[in-house]
This record gives sequence, structure tokens and C-alpha cells, in this order.
Amino acid sequence: MSILEVRGVNKSFGGLQALNDVNLSVEEGTVHAIIGPNGAGKSTLLNCFIGKLVPDTGTVNFNGHSLLGIKPHEINQLGVSRVFQTPEIFADLTVFENVIIACFAKRDGSFALNAMASIASQNDMKEKAEQMLIDVNMIDKRDEIASSMSRGDKRRLEMAMCLAQDPKLLLLDEPTAGMARADTNNTIDLLREIQQASGITMAIIEHDMHVVFSLAEKISVLAQGTVIVEDAPENIKGNPKVQEAYLGGAH
Amino acid sequence: MLGLNKKDFGLLTIVIILTVFAPFLLNPFPEGSALAQFNAGYPDLMQRLVIFGIFAIGFNILFGLTGYLSFGHAAFLGAGSYAGIWMIKLLTLNIVPAIVASIIVAGLFSLLVGWISLRRSGIYFSILTLAFAQMSYSLAYSVLTPITGGETGLQPKVSDPRIFDAALAEGTTPRANLFGMFMNDSYELSVAGWVFTFNVGYYIAAIFMVIAFYISIRIFRSPFGLMLRAVKSNQQRLNYTGVQSKPYTLAAFVISGMYAGLAGGLLVAMDTQAGAERMFWTASGEVVLMTILGGAGTLIGPVLGAGFIKYFENIVSKINESILQAWFSFMPEAIQDLFVAIFYPFIGKGGHLTLGIIFMLVVIFLPGGLMEGGQRIANLFKKKTKSDTGSGNASPAAAE
Repeated sequence: MSILEVRGVNKSFGGLQALNDVNLSVEEGTVHAIIGPNGAGKSTLLNCFIGKLVPDTGTVNFNGHSLLGIKPHEINQLGVSRVFQTPEIFADLTVFENVIIACFAKRDGSFALNAMASIASQNDMKEKAEQMLIDVNMIDKRDEIASSMSRGDKRRLEMAMCLAQDPKLLLLDEPTAGMARADTNNTIDLLREIQQASGITMAIIEHDMHVVFSLAEKISVLAQGTVIVEDAPENIKGNPKVQEAYLGGAH
Repeated sequence: MLGLNKKDFGLLTIVIILTVFAPFLLNPFPEGSALAQFNAGYPDLMQRLVIFGIFAIGFNILFGLTGYLSFGHAAFLGAGSYAGIWMIKLLTLNIVPAIVASIIVAGLFSLLVGWISLRRSGIYFSILTLAFAQMSYSLAYSVLTPITGGETGLQPKVSDPRIFDAALAEGTTPRANLFGMFMNDSYELSVAGWVFTFNVGYYIAAIFMVIAFYISIRIFRSPFGLMLRAVKSNQQRLNYTGVQSKPYTLAAFVISGMYAGLAGGLLVAMDTQAGAERMFWTASGEVVLMTILGGAGTLIGPVLGAGFIKYFENIVSKINESILQAWFSFMPEAIQDLFVAIFYPFIGKGGHLTLGIIFMLVVIFLPGGLMEGGQRIANLFKKKTKSDTGSGNASPAAAE
């Protein structure tokens, strides 16, 4: 069953056709990668999933709900969590506070006026946040201020925040961009562990082939605003269309 | 205890002790001594210290937690004042309805202003709130004169309706009370050279401040408070975590507006008058200074900042030229005159100059306010005791 359905999406900026009749479906429980050379429209497509951009035509459905024209917090409440290209975390709060905020957001929805309840008394939320930190191997950094950590740890924290909400779909926007090889490999291992443990659906936007081929079960190749191939990784490598898109077709 | 952890409960206890013993603590110098002018233990000033403390505590819930810098909070204080004085004029000289009404009116007014201003953030938000406050000030001063008394403001008169009270005799001044306890009643205690004043109004305002402080601790430690800090830290992440930021910032705005209204109501309860000048932008600026000077985002900082600024305003402005001359009288006359000439601009009416310099020094060298200063000193001591115990452990034999 497909959890994310993209049908006939067009988006142009002025004279530039950024997305041209994009069709794509992400199957539940799989890791789906969207790859493509620079300028292929990957980020534009992602922004259409998360309420930042509204396509000119076409539909984006998640689990039967349209994602078009609704606000980021509503999309999250439907069960879509997002990991950003540069980790977006609450930099001046502690690691634990970062994660427990995600837990509260899951429990209380988009707004709750629980001004007289003490965080210290919310044992179930505390346990959940701590368990999450144990799962991503960060419990020893529990009380550190998030901004003081390395980039790899910030990424790990951001994942923990997303996973603490038990999302139905995790969107990852170049999760290893700007990372050293070791950090990249750690992130791949982490994602693989998470996927195997929870069976969560992931959609990864990436141009690092190493990451894509180590994780994805299905790959959509985007070039010049349109999906040129959608196939399993082993068939992608030898596909002449893909080679053309990456190695010179655009010139 | 009371839903607080040990540290917060300790902090609350300290605040309670300080407010209860303030008449002693603020009067350290004997009456008639040369330093008696530094005493702040008289009712009027003590009342203001705690009332502006409430104002700053509330402001800190908005500014300290969410980072939204409102430049118009005096409008809510003013609105609360007007609501309070009307209750005193129409219903009763008992302050209970006045305070309840001041909180409600300020809350509703801040809901309106916040709902509009919070469409923007950063400097635009500040400008919007400033514009609202100045509009309120102008309205109160001119168009709304029938409600606000315009330039002269409002005072209770003997002829007011006061439907719950028995009529006052002609020629008596209406005095605000709480179930028969008059706000301006004081008990004076003379011990040797010292005179300590225990004022009813001060203690009532102090009780309100302790409650306000307690509520602010609870808010700081709640999931709601954490969300407010998340708004300050990263709104984008918060939205993508499924949280809408505007209801949170609006709630914080209204809560701080209600605190301002309470402060306004208490001001009316103490001096039974209300005027438009309480809404002027300098009054809004003052609470910003108090919060930053004390330490925005800390629990007790704003109270310290409010106390510090109100104390300086009153004490420095009381120093005049002859007092300066007396201070420097031990010097040869020419040097004495020179020193008096140097210091004269900074006292009396120039008191704000001194305050401005202190504020600049604090912001430059202690961006976290007085609280950061206190923390640095505490850290120095900690390091010292640590190194002391360290060396003590290293050579126990030598000590024996």
C-alpha cells in the first residue's frame, strides 16, 4: 500500500518549469530515495510535501489526506516528520528538553495550555524521551546544551526528536550533507537500525550515491523536473537514462 | 513542595523572607544619620518595589521565555489602573473588585493587542506593540477623557456612587481598604536610632508578588513554559514538530498582560489615582530595562532589576547639591567644588543619567544581567572552595 501518492505535480517559477508532471508513490514500510543531479527539482518536490510550496497542478496525498495548502504543524500531526539538510534543533535547550518537546507535541497536539503542570511530574513523557535517547545512543549527553555538540550528534538528536513522535513517514532532506565519511557511515547505520527496528517508512532526498545505494529499496531518479526512472537500486546503476542524466544529457 | 523542586522551593522561600523582612532590610541606617537618605524602607517606595516586581515578573514570561520584545506593556498596566479606579469609584473602596477588574480588563486588552501584533515577529512586533501603547496613551489623554479623566486623571471623590459602601461624611478623604484594613495605615517600630515602618498596603502587595512569583516558577517549569522557550530557540523546528507557535506566544502575551494589569490595579489600590502617564512609552521601556538589567529568562532576575531601578530612581534623585558638598567636605575647598561639579549632573534630576550608565555597563559586561553577575561571583567562590578542598585532600598528613 502506498503511503505517499504524488500525482501529476507541476510547479513553475516564472518561466522555469521546476517540476514537470511528477508522479511517484512511496510504499509503506520501505525506504524510498529520490535522487537526481543538482537543479533536478528535488528540493522543490520536497517543499511540496511539507506545505512550504503549493504546486500549480497535481495532488500530493498522504494516507488519504491531501498535503496541499496545509500548515507544517498540521502535516506533522498527520504523521510526517522531517529531518532537515542542516540539523534543525532547539540549539539553546538541553538534549533531553529537545526530545521531550517532541514527545509533548505528539501527546498534546498543536497547542495545550498546561502551564501549571510540572515537567518533573510527567513520568511517562520523561521515560519515553529517555528511552529514545538510549535508542540513538545519546543518553550520556542528556543534559548537554544542544548547540555544543558535533554535527553528527546534532543529526542524531534531530532523528531522535522525529522518531519520538512515532511518525508514519520520515522525510530526510540530504541527511548526510556536509558530513565527514565516518559521520556519514554512522548516519547510514543509524537509519538502517531504525528502519529495521521500527519498519518506519522513509523518503530520502539525496545526491550521495553511497548513502542511497546502502539504504534505499526503491529509487526515483529526478532530472529536469520529471521522474525519468523508478526502480530497484540494482537496476538503477546500469540504466542508460540515469547515466545520461548524471553524465551529460543535460548539457 | 507546592509542586516545586527543592531548588525552586528554596528560591521561593528566599523571596518570601526578603519581602517579609523588607522593612528592616531596606532601612539599614539609623534615622538622622548621614546615610539615612539611602534608606528605602518607607511605604511608598516599598509598595512600588513589589508592584513593579510583579510587572517585571509578568513581562519576563513573555520576553524572557519567548524572546518577543514588547514595547507596549505599560498600556496594560494603564488599562488595569483605569479599570481599578472605576471599581473604586463605582462599587466600593474595598480593593478586591478593583484588582479582579484590572486583571480581567488588562487580559482582554492584551488579547486584542497580542492577536494583532503577533502576526509579526522581531522588530516589527516591537514596533506594533509600541504603536498600540502610544495610541492608548493618546486616547486616554484626549478622546477618552470622559472615561480616563484626561490630563487630571481619576481620583475617588466623596460624591462617587460606590454602591456597596455606606456614604462617607463630607470632608473625609476616601481611603482604599481590604475588608477594613486601610492601605496607607502603617505601624512604626522604633528601636534605638532606627525607625521601621510596617505598611498594610506593602504587605498586601507583597503577598500578591509572592503569589505572582510562585505562578511564574510553575509556568517556567511546565511543558507550556518549555514550549515558549522552544519558540525562542527555533520556531521552524517547533512548527515541523507539530506545534503551532502563535497560540503559545499569544497565551504568554496575555498572561504577561494580566500581570501588568495586576500591577496597575495594585498601584491604584495604593495611591487611589490613575493617569495616562502610566501608559507612556517610557513606562513600557522601563519594564524592559528592569527585565534585562536583572536578567531576562531567569526567575528572580526581573524582581531584582525592578527593585534596583525603582530604588535608584528614588534614592539618587533625592541627593542634592548640599548633600554632595557634605560628602566631599573633608577635602580642600577647591577640590571639593570640583568633585561636586563632576558628580552634580548624575544626581537629583540627573539620576536617570546614572541609571543609564549602569544599564550600559551591565549590558556590555554582563549580558545576562545582575543574575549573571551573581552567578560569576558564585562560581568564583565554588572554584575557590573546590581548590581548597582539593589541596586539603591532597595533603591530609601534612595537616595532621
